[in-house]
Amino acid sequence: MPTPTKGPRVGGGPAHERLILANLATSLFEHDSITTTEAKAKRLRPLAERLITFAKRGDLHARRRVMTVVRDKGVVHRLFAEIAPDMAVREGGYTRITKIGARKGDNAPMVVIELVREPLSAKKATVKEAEGATRRAAKQEEAKAAAAETKAAEDAEKVESSETTEAAAALPEGAVAANEDGSSPDEAYTVKGNADSGKYHEADGQWYDQTIAEFWFKSAEDAEKAGFTKAGASS
Amino acid sequence: MAVPKRKMSRSNTRSRRANWKATPTALTTCPQCGSAAQPHIACPSCGTYKGRHYAVAERTEHQS
Repeated sequence: MPTPTKGPRVGGGPAHERLILANLATSLFEHDSITTTEAKAKRLRPLAERLITFAKRGDLHARRRVMTVVRDKGVVHRLFAEIAPDMAVREGGYTRITKIGARKGDNAPMVVIELVREPLSAKKATVKEAEGATRRAAKQEEAKAAAAETKAAEDAEKVESSETTEAAAALPEGAVAANEDGSSPDEAYTVKGNADSGKYHEADGQWYDQTIAEFWFKSAEDAEKAGFTKAGASS
Repeated sequence: MAVPKRKMSRSNTRSRRANWKATPTALTTCPQCGSAAQPHIACPSCGTYKGRHYAVAERTEHQS
């Protein structure tokens, strides 16, 4: 049950709002995706989702309830016959609102409200789980590496020569430790590795400049071999 | 009807209006095309948002 709306109605009054929302819902079910203002889309969403819930029920009573809002029989048929089966496994969240910037004339924030008709993939859930697992693993590895590094740094103060061997042992394969200010120790090493995020940044990457590197790699392949992922690749 | 007793001085008017300030728009770079875009809003130059494409979001030079 949608929360009752507070404040003024959309349009000239309660009846006008009902008409506006009914027309918007009709258009949405007819075209799958409509462009409107943000305020209207936000009012439309609970109504549209409720109508889809009726459509999923699919019986005559539900159809009559929907007919009180959407007056067009063709559109109601489309909702029950085409849209409802797509939403069968989805538990709510049938619509998606995407902002597209302000309208020119009155600077009203515009949005696209659309039906989410792509199938709910079981893959998504497993991918999420796997990503979490790799992140945890990377974090543990990192903690180890960081501990080894601090130890190496402490040792370096005493014996300079032993530092290089120790640090190399803690580093991933094909990487060199960064200088203290994060700059590259060698010009041949151009790819930044961020130990905190487990990501690497190439020179043309979006976050290259702001990243403080713990490791430097010769190339992206080396970084990937060492278990780093490309920054921004997963989004 | 209640009315102001005194004319508001130029100084008062101006000091009130001096606090009307414009703030710069927050901008991010679009991961798709690299141009500037507002956060949480589909990119006006390529029309993509979270890997989905919205043709209505695209703006020409004239419209923006």
